[in-house]
Amino acid sequence: MNSTSPIGQPLPRVDGRLKVTGQAKYAAEFEIPGLLHGSVVNSTIARGRVRRIDTTAAEAVAGVVLVLTHENRPPVASYDEPYQDDDAADGSPFRPLYNDRVLYSGQPLALVVAESLELARYAGSLVRIEYDVEPHQTDLAAVREQAHPAPEEVPSRGDFEAAYRGAPLQIDHEYGTPIEHHNPMEPHASTVHYQPGDELIIHDKTQGVQNCMRYVEGVFGLEGKVQVHSPFVGGAFGSGLRPQYQLPLAVMAALKLKRSVRVVLKRQQMFTFGYRPRTLQRLAIGFSPNGRLEALHHGSLGQTSRFEDFTEHEVEWSGALYACDNVQLEYRLGSLDVYTPIDMRAPGAAIGVYALEAAMDEVAYAAAIDPLQLRLRNYTEINGNQGKPYSSKELCACYEQGAERFGWSRRPLEARSMRDGHELIGWGMATGVWEAMQMPASAKACLAADGRLIVSSATADIGTGTYTVMTQIAASALGLPMDRVEFRLGDSRFAQAPLEGGSATVSSVGSAVHQACVGLREKILDAAQQSPASPFTGASLDDVAFEDGELVLKREPARRVPLTQLIQTSGTLEAEASVKPGDEREKYATGTHSAIFVEVRVDEALGTVRVTRVVSAVAAGKVINPKTAASQILGGVVWGIGMALHEETWTDHRLGRYMNHNLAEYHVPVNADIHDIDVFFVEEQDSVVNDLGSKGVGEIGIVGVAAAVANAIYHATGKRVRDLPITPDKLL
Amino acid sequence: MSATTPIPEADGIAACPVSLELNGQRRHLDIEPWTTLLDLLRDRLAMTGTKKGCDHGQCGACTVLVDGKRVNACLTLAVMCDGKQVTTIEGLARGDELHPIQQAFIDHDAFQCGYCTPGQICSAVGMVNEGRARSRDDIREQMSGNICRCGAYPHILEAIEDALPAARAWAGEGER
Ligand code: FES
Ligand code: FES
Repeated sequence: MNSTSPIGQPLPRVDGRLKVTGQAKYAAEFEIPGLLHGSVVNSTIARGRVRRIDTTAAEAVAGVVLVLTHENRPPVASYDEPYQDDDAADGSPFRPLYNDRVLYSGQPLALVVAESLELARYAGSLVRIEYDVEPHQTDLAAVREQAHPAPEEVPSRGDFEAAYRGAPLQIDHEYGTPIEHHNPMEPHASTVHYQPGDELIIHDKTQGVQNCMRYVEGVFGLEGKVQVHSPFVGGAFGSGLRPQYQLPLAVMAALKLKRSVRVVLKRQQMFTFGYRPRTLQRLAIGFSPNGRLEALHHGSLGQTSRFEDFTEHEVEWSGALYACDNVQLEYRLGSLDVYTPIDMRAPGAAIGVYALEAAMDEVAYAAAIDPLQLRLRNYTEINGNQGKPYSSKELCACYEQGAERFGWSRRPLEARSMRDGHELIGWGMATGVWEAMQMPASAKACLAADGRLIVSSATADIGTGTYTVMTQIAASALGLPMDRVEFRLGDSRFAQAPLEGGSATVSSVGSAVHQACVGLREKILDAAQQSPASPFTGASLDDVAFEDGELVLKREPARRVPLTQLIQTSGTLEAEASVKPGDEREKYATGTHSAIFVEVRVDEALGTVRVTRVVSAVAAGKVINPKTAASQILGGVVWGIGMALHEETWTDHRLGRYMNHNLAEYHVPVNADIHDIDVFFVEEQDSVVNDLGSKGVGEIGIVGVAAAVANAIYHATGKRVRDLPITPDKLL
Repeated sequence: MSATTPIPEADGIAACPVSLELNGQRRHLDIEPWTTLLDLLRDRLAMTGTKKGCDHGQCGACTVLVDGKRVNACLTLAVMCDGKQVTTIEGLARGDELHPIQQAFIDHDAFQCGYCTPGQICSAVGMVNEGRARSRDDIREQMSGNICRCGAYPHILEAIEDALPAARAWAGEGER
């Protein structure tokens, strides 16, 4: 990569102009002549059967063309497999409008289709449903005793019980995290453009167009007839990893009516599918007076549905983050009459590392050691779960530089020791950790006749900056200016890409983009060698450079030819590449790490908390675009603050139903809740994770933040709240 | 009438004639009395730059300017806009030249997914017109009706702070 390479530059988003002018089109915004609108009717009970659905009044409304229920829907697959998408949990996936069973409150039971959205919505209110109600259970705490082991192996080592008993000091506490809902600003939506012969072009809100394509093809027997497009996604945070129910409902209506149909969920309905599961976690830690961990138990009880066992990595972090010889991890699930949870930003880690890092703070106080010192004392570069060294782990640099920027050394150890008028001030810190995954992915690069480079892959940009960083990677590989490169995504016809999730897109798709461009270099050189008088005759790829839109002979840089000129004789050139994780990765553990330092101010009389300062130091390998990467981390920190202080979906267990399913009562941070957040990346070289040395930053920003806030609140007030979110009532 | 599907006549309720200026263009429309400004824009006029995030006045994604004041289009009946000037995100730029707040949003990376962005930008322009934002805390407070789930708030704040003088000048030029 030469000095002018766009890699590592803080470039503005290539799709920025479309987004600030309202031209970026999201799933519900594609215009189709004769489009019908669907409005979903949801169950009001948590468990039972539909005895009768009376659709007469709804159907009598002029302009209503169909009320779809389990009784009149088109045929769908009857076995589980077609419903098992790429992110499916163990078990039997939910099948919308399949039969009369009600599995959870809010389950879609009917779709009213009308000439206008307003009519569909109004007619939906006229659908009457009678139920045979059965007793339900939605309270995780009530099923502790019936919980079953999660279908996921969790590693353990040494002898926890004996080491814990023998340790000079111990803590043993329970931490609780609530149900949270993703609530991307764009509600889930599908616009199905019906074509003769049941061919469907679908605009869907998704993190995986090919996942949704396979789902629709499989469930409806439409192999080869479905395209899914998703060029812009208005946030997802995991909610778009699985096809959501508006998609099959819109498809059913389109197939039945042989017309184009759009279904958009209401904000209330954004609470009727996946979410972050409630957990009850126990941390028992035995340690020496100098803070060395001798025994560690981390157990988690998470909630799941009765039809699927949702698992995520909640407790593994406790076996990986610190040195400890005796580790016991446990993961159980409680099945309830609810929908299955789904991955939500840093799934598992956001809540598991919260509990671990809150417990570490308790260890620090019990041993009277500075919390940062405690982390350093237990530092390791070996992942104890796997017994492998990390390919890179610049966590110490995060600790050191983060502490420096925050001014951590001036922190008094005792709680309740800083005050400013009526506000108590506290400083807390925590460590963050996430994986550095890579999945198989493909990309295609094409040098078009006008000299523009078009690169494509069926990935997504959910706000993460995929369009921009892929353009940077491609531009760098072929020595082209950014404005001569276009990256295309969100089309199921493009080269294979995994779901956009888990912070793996740069690593997976980025590597494929790079390789496709490397392949294209060969094609270009080959084309340049076609003419007998070519200055490149006999040259290999090592002998040439791609600079400023030209192919250059390295040893005689005056010999150069513009790619625009080359392509006129050769015609369009193309290369496709598929990249798998390298074998070298097998020898190592991989991960991203962070250190978070937080200042809170707590109003002593009101119990209100303001997070006035955050420093987040991140080690994530090579950062392709510091601007968009910093935005990812900032967003994660904002999420962490919301998790610590605001977010919670309440269930009325008598009804088995959510109570605050709207944005007025489900609190997320607003601008006034957010103060100074200082994000920076430490240098981290990694030649193992992938060719780019880049690890991805979508999740790491949130991990540890809630613990750092909770720990700061303890430092301010001397009150240990172990049940998120830390609302004012818990501090009074 | 609609660029997509005509709305069938509801029993006995007549559509009302409404005349408004939309992004500088005079429009004469027949609108059912229950149609919100947001549904008018998105579903009947195919102007989807204005976003629907909640339909209940809780998120700000639908913020547009009516006679220069920011309003939630989901809480505004379209018939209430008779005789008014409505400006949406599509109408902020002057030709190819972006409004200073739009440009600042790009420069400061004040968005991620972009779904809240049209509302944030219209809200910021409305805030400039109100003339009460003097400090960073004022901006934070006065922009708190616009949720950004991607959490771009610090960059939104920077962008607006940076663009304030230019945005004031831009508004002045518009009046001349
Ligand atoms: S859509 Fe109008 S405030 Fe949310
Ligand atoms: S940019 Fe995604 S919600 Fe604000």
